[in-house]
Amino acid sequence: MELQGLEGLLEALGAAGYTVVGPTLRDGAIVYDEIRSATELPIGMTDRQGAATYRVERRDDQARFGYNVGPHSWRRWLDPGRRRLFRAERTRDGFEIVPEDAAAPRLALIGVRACELRAIGIQDRVLGEGPHVDPVYGDRRRSAFVVAVNCGQAGGTCFCASMGTGPAVGPGFDLALTELLGDGAHGFLVEVGSARGAEIAAGLGMVPASDADLAAAAASVARAASAMGRTLDTTGIKELLYASAEHPRWKDVAARCLACANCTLVCPTCFCSTVEDVTDLTGEHAERWRRWDSCFTMDFSYIHGGSVRASGLARYRQWMTHKLASWIDQFGTSGCVGCGRCITWCPVGIDLTEEVREMRGSRSAGGPEGGTGGDA
Amino acid sequence: MLPVPHRVARVRRETADTFTLDLVPIGPAPAEHGFLPGQFNMLYAFGVGEVAISISGDPAERGVLRHTTRIVGTVTQALGRLERGSVLGVRGPFGNAWPVEEAEGHDVVLVAGGIGLAPLRPVLYRIMARRPLYGRVVLAYGTRTPADILYRSELARWRSRPDLEMLVTVDRAVGAWPGKVGVVPALIRRAPFDPTATIAMVCGPEVMMRFSVEQLRTRGVPPERIHLSMERNMKCAVALCGHCQYGPAFVCKDGPVFRFDRIERLFNQPEI
Amino acid sequence: METLERILAEHPFLQGLDQSYVALLVGCASNVVFRAEEQLFREGTPANQFFIIRHGDVAVELHVPGRGALTIDTVHEGEVLGWSWLVPPYRWSFSARALTLTRAIAFDGACLRAKCEENHDLGYELLRRFSTVMAERLQSTRLQLMDLYGSGR
Repeated sequence: MELQGLEGLLEALGAAGYTVVGPTLRDGAIVYDEIRSATELPIGMTDRQGAATYRVERRDDQARFGYNVGPHSWRRWLDPGRRRLFRAERTRDGFEIVPEDAAAPRLALIGVRACELRAIGIQDRVLGEGPHVDPVYGDRRRSAFVVAVNCGQAGGTCFCASMGTGPAVGPGFDLALTELLGDGAHGFLVEVGSARGAEIAAGLGMVPASDADLAAAAASVARAASAMGRTLDTTGIKELLYASAEHPRWKDVAARCLACANCTLVCPTCFCSTVEDVTDLTGEHAERWRRWDSCFTMDFSYIHGGSVRASGLARYRQWMTHKLASWIDQFGTSGCVGCGRCITWCPVGIDLTEEVREMRGSRSAGGPEGGTGGDA
Repeated sequence: MLPVPHRVARVRRETADTFTLDLVPIGPAPAEHGFLPGQFNMLYAFGVGEVAISISGDPAERGVLRHTTRIVGTVTQALGRLERGSVLGVRGPFGNAWPVEEAEGHDVVLVAGGIGLAPLRPVLYRIMARRPLYGRVVLAYGTRTPADILYRSELARWRSRPDLEMLVTVDRAVGAWPGKVGVVPALIRRAPFDPTATIAMVCGPEVMMRFSVEQLRTRGVPPERIHLSMERNMKCAVALCGHCQYGPAFVCKDGPVFRFDRIERLFNQPEI
Repeated sequence: METLERILAEHPFLQGLDQSYVALLVGCASNVVFRAEEQLFREGTPANQFFIIRHGDVAVELHVPGRGALTIDTVHEGEVLGWSWLVPPYRWSFSARALTLTRAIAFDGACLRAKCEENHDLGYELLRRFSTVMAERLQSTRLQLMDLYGSGR
């Protein structure tokens, strides 16, 4: 697909009734918001990420997808941060419940990275499978059109290669793009992943990919895979963390962690929520709202008398143990996709790959460093 | 899941801070209105909020849901102000059950502390309805003072049964209390049951459960035959909100009843 | 005395005790009966006895001016009552009152103290058993103090 095909794609999606959401530059960050044109993409921009560091910079080309992931994840679109669950109206001899009848918008998600696609798959498992499912998530998810993008570069906090979630996009997309930029040419390799993907792609004037195109795309992804900013050794990680509840490293992290909850807000797989019951001043009309929640709050584990996890140490331990270990028992995979957001957006730069390394290292016989894997 | 309006058919004041609500559905009863001993409902007080309350009635009694509630916060306080005829919302039943079937053919030791007697009472009803299926049955119940004893008239009726050993103790006696003063583990120490053929079910404050389990194990009851009811913060009750997690388990879905050997690693760990 | 010997030999509290020591204890023991509401001993008085309750219920209490007698513990069939005879100043810290008709075996503590001084092995055997009793009481007392069923405020 030629470069201008991208505009055609967004137009076709809009015409098909989708609300198009994609990356755009706002307030010094690349976020996900409604876009009407490919001109709103962060053209020629990249991001430079590290622990507690995020900067947007100019590239020396006009790449449309030349960055990694920002503070937003697709969660905010598939699992809205705040929504009403029901209304309750007082009646003469009691009250009645009025269910919500919200129609879900049909979303087209543009620029879904490999790690994000896996994160969406993980949330599908959590919110969409099992004895009880979240119907709002289900509706939005089923109707969402996914345009995935293969990463051509890795960020300073990326470790999808360690987690087996990227950088090559896996199954679950309607269309997958790999940006091909070089030798004066600028286009996209487009892979069709579904029937509705084929339908949308039909009118975009695409030509079959040449062998050179395929090679260039593969090389681009391979470049990203070899340039990961972080690594995380997942060998036996569940047993390691389950056995480490009393590890002295937790005290070290707790001394730094502010319990600000940023990591849970930017994480693409975090799913915790809470409910709030409110009434109006007359007391005749009540509502229950659902909103995102974080295990870092004191309220999260509150039972009569106080919080079970009163200390910051206990709350950090809960988050990391859940994400990397308990999740495996609960849902069959790790809860972490290696996107690195928690490292980037932690105000004090706590890096869970480093925390795991430290815990592993001090367990192995001999070797004071004891770490596994290298830093890229 | 939406709350289903139910009407309060009866309110019993059990003690100064504990009451029992009998709830009946408004309109036709949902098809599956039964429950298993150990399960709980989310009770919704209009405009105030929801709270998880164990069902404390007889599972064989259809058409009414009985809940014994202790006032510990805003929602329970609001529920405590309800009268006969008031309406509240019910979601449930949620959770897993006490191992009442597994206990057949065994001695059964029910260990209750304070409000912990409420989730165990349905077990006692079930056992008494099929008494010959069980060996010796012991209820070891401790509470704060004699004034805090729940289900007084029922306990008196059960006490007179020769096929049930009822041991009751209070932390502190007030007035002329002719009964035991002391803690529940002390009751377990001398209770008449065969530790090699016993299923124990324990419910109460976590510290009380810890010492009770210790005493049961000292007597020789293996950890896989001891079952506890755990409590954690509960919001959705359908394993979607994450609040009730206890290690990898969701108390609303994998509990609240847990076999002790399966949670031993977590149970002795503070702040987990 | 013969019956007492058999009863004591079978009692869990004296399990594993050398036969000669059991006989020694029997020599310091007697059967006692208390009617309901009868006082076994009063706080502040010299403590020269301990009891093994064979039947009945005993309230351990303390008199608090203005609040009357507060029961802080109850002791029942099979249990041991009284360790103040072992610990200086050998005075009862609490009172004990029979709640129901109570039959017990009373041991002469003063006599046993003297024998323990002469025979440290006997002293060790008795102290070992009493320390278990005290530990159980302490643990129970601490749990009662924690007021676990209270509102936590």
